[in-house]
Amino acid sequence: MTSKPIISFKNFTFQYYSQAEPTLYDINLDIYPGEKILIVGPSGSGKSTLGHCLNGLIPFSYKGNSTGSLTINGQETRELDIFTLSKIIGTVLQDADGQFVGLTVGEDIAFAMENDCVDTDTMRKRVKDVSAMVDMDKLLTSSPFELSGGQKQRTSLAGVMIDDVDVLLFDEPLANLDPKTGKVAIEIIDDIQKQSQKTVIIIEHRLEDVLHRNVDRILVIDEGRIIADKDAHNLVSSSVLLDTGIREPLYVTALKLAGVSVKPEMLPGHISSIQTKEVAMDVRNWFNAQVKASPEKEGSSLLTMEKVSFSYDGVVPILKNINFDIAEGEMVAIVGKNGAGKSTVSKVLCGFELEDEGRVLIRGEDIRNMTIRERAETIGLVMQNPNQMISKPMIYDEVALGLRLRGVPEEEIEPRIKKVLAVCGLAPFIKWPISALSYGQKKRVTIASILVLEPDILILDEPTAGQDYRHYSEIMEFLVRINRLGVTVIMITHDMHLMLEYTPRSIVLAGGEIVADTSASAVLTDADIIEKANLKVTSLFNLAQMVGIPDETAFVQSFIDVERRLRDHEDEAVQL
Amino acid sequence: MKMKLFSYNLVDTYVHRLSGLTKLICFLLLTFAVMFSYDIRVLIFVLAFSLWILRISLIKYKQIRLMVIYVAVFLITNAIIAYLFAPEYGVDLYGTRHELAHILGRYSITQEQMFYQMTKLIKYASVIPLGIIFLLTTNPSEFASSLNGVGVHYKAAFAVELTLRYFPDVQREYHDISQAQQARGLELSSKTKLGTRFKNSLQIIIPLIFSTLDRIELISNAMDLRGFGKQKKRTWYNQRRLTKEDVLAIVVSVAIFLFTIAVSVFVNHSRFYNPFI
Repeated sequence: MTSKPIISFKNFTFQYYSQAEPTLYDINLDIYPGEKILIVGPSGSGKSTLGHCLNGLIPFSYKGNSTGSLTINGQETRELDIFTLSKIIGTVLQDADGQFVGLTVGEDIAFAMENDCVDTDTMRKRVKDVSAMVDMDKLLTSSPFELSGGQKQRTSLAGVMIDDVDVLLFDEPLANLDPKTGKVAIEIIDDIQKQSQKTVIIIEHRLEDVLHRNVDRILVIDEGRIIADKDAHNLVSSSVLLDTGIREPLYVTALKLAGVSVKPEMLPGHISSIQTKEVAMDVRNWFNAQVKASPEKEGSSLLTMEKVSFSYDGVVPILKNINFDIAEGEMVAIVGKNGAGKSTVSKVLCGFELEDEGRVLIRGEDIRNMTIRERAETIGLVMQNPNQMISKPMIYDEVALGLRLRGVPEEEIEPRIKKVLAVCGLAPFIKWPISALSYGQKKRVTIASILVLEPDILILDEPTAGQDYRHYSEIMEFLVRINRLGVTVIMITHDMHLMLEYTPRSIVLAGGEIVADTSASAVLTDADIIEKANLKVTSLFNLAQMVGIPDETAFVQSFIDVERRLRDHEDEAVQL
Repeated sequence: MKMKLFSYNLVDTYVHRLSGLTKLICFLLLTFAVMFSYDIRVLIFVLAFSLWILRISLIKYKQIRLMVIYVAVFLITNAIIAYLFAPEYGVDLYGTRHELAHILGRYSITQEQMFYQMTKLIKYASVIPLGIIFLLTTNPSEFASSLNGVGVHYKAAFAVELTLRYFPDVQREYHDISQAQQARGLELSSKTKLGTRFKNSLQIIIPLIFSTLDRIELISNAMDLRGFGKQKKRTWYNQRRLTKEDVLAIVVSVAIFLFTIAVSVFVNHSRFYNPFI
């Protein structure tokens, strides 16, 4: 790296006007042309703020005070406006769907050129060229509703590349993507970087997923400071990830469980690079020493779908012959890619839609004639985004809403709310306004507002979407506690970690049919199911193959069992 | 699930091939013509013309049935109310009085009133097909550029485009939120009193507003980052160059417009055609 840095932070500190403390402290960082940088950090660490400083959203949209210097291409950013910066740094925001500005792919890609008053002919030609680079040239007239997640990502990428920017900045590109689409997104980013030699900066907390392909440097940000600047091999060998609450790659965790000390010489940064020859024996020995946990005993049948079929228009079937039986006290994941019918299952269960054929049974009783409200006594639904549910300014009123609508007398409401808030760890906030809560706490309020109705079954739509590891663990531990209290929990998700660590059973849907109903370890090691459900092979599977364990599924299961036991231990320790 | 505000149907007809800007200009010209004139002969001519265009643009009755019903109900109510309030307006207007039948008190049926109301009915009725044609044959992507083409500021024009872009999303979200709130016990059916229903619907609107605000923050950041609002003007990817067909359509519309004005100025010497003198 003999050239001059394209981006240079010198003693840079930033504080939002609305915050009491700076969000970024004394940042010193040089990024050189052609580098591929990954910035990781927990929520609230300042990593997104760093991105906003680069692309000009700070101070254009978010105001605050900065000291020190940030230069891009040798120019001080304070003297540049967001439009000039957008010609140097192209930003792909998270949520490809939400940032789709145009009504068609072509329009969306052309957006920046339209704003530059480029004439229509030149624009069309350029759109054609750029869309070919990301393989979207055949879909220029498609509307966003017709595209897959990966195609939306490609469109967003083309939309910023059309300006021929020097730096591509990706702000949480993997949020909201299913595992397979996320993997493809990382491949697209890598291929584009190799072709164009542009500088690439990725801000993301899903470390293992980004490390599917190579990155030059990884910066770890915590509490507004850069606390590590290492390559992948050195980073995963250090203790930085554990200290900051960022999830290390699963195969690294597995190696550590097996007593292997992970060293940079093993090239452990990527599952494709790691050398396991010398430690294979240790892992095999660890695996052979594991006692196979006996399957948990099943409770009596609670919820059954029997040969259920459903279609919105009577032509295209959404659910085809769905059969499953969920026992009291189970914790189940329903997985599948977008459009596989996952949400439709929950809609049919809650009575929003009525099955065309087949039966839905609760404790053996057909609930066909039960209204939405009657079903809600047994089945509670928590939506993905807490903002979609919260309609009262105060926590107490929000949780009381369902009870009040049912005409429960006030004197009975109060003790029930106190009880449920205690379960949800929200007891100190009983008199608080909702606006004072964090996202994860709001999520718990929405769960509390359903739990207070005392349903037997809780259905959660993507309970961990957009959460970093720490908050994700918090929410999941909380759900486990609820589950232990006897509530049956069904989660609609494409989060593989959630499946692996928390739900003993996964029901996999593809094209409206159940393609698997088994343990997560079996699902995530079966290439056929993985392909159908847009999942990806867990790196534990690759590790098992590498060290010569023939039964990969059993290895994954051992890992899950050990992790769960360790967690339960911690849980008990906390409770004591 | 694909929901559309109004179903733009893609078929290749002369009308569909016209650029959005042409269609908007023609729509405005013909609408002005109709609004200006109270000559029933001219209005019937424009009505026939717009029905003919409706026919050649292959719009099926099925697509517009609901709209037609609404419009019919509106027109009839409008006519009745107009009569109730001013039963002698036609007499004042045309200066003669040919009574056909007496009903009650000040209400009687006169030729003048009937003629005036008939003229008005046809006037409204001839605008409706034009509007339907414009909405159903213009690609939604072209709305914004056509609005901008007739002088609306591009930021306002883009607001229209964004509304079209996000309407289905917000509609779907409304649906989801409403179902989830009903599961909590919210009653929205007609069984409850109007006041309660209004209060209950707030419990859907508030979450909808908050999640829509999230959406707006995201989209406005995305637009800023790609240079929206940098220049005084902008170009449009979907703008079509005007062809001979466009020129023809505009020429015909201008001709009809001028013809209408000419009839008023040189033949009727007023905006009204008076057959009673």
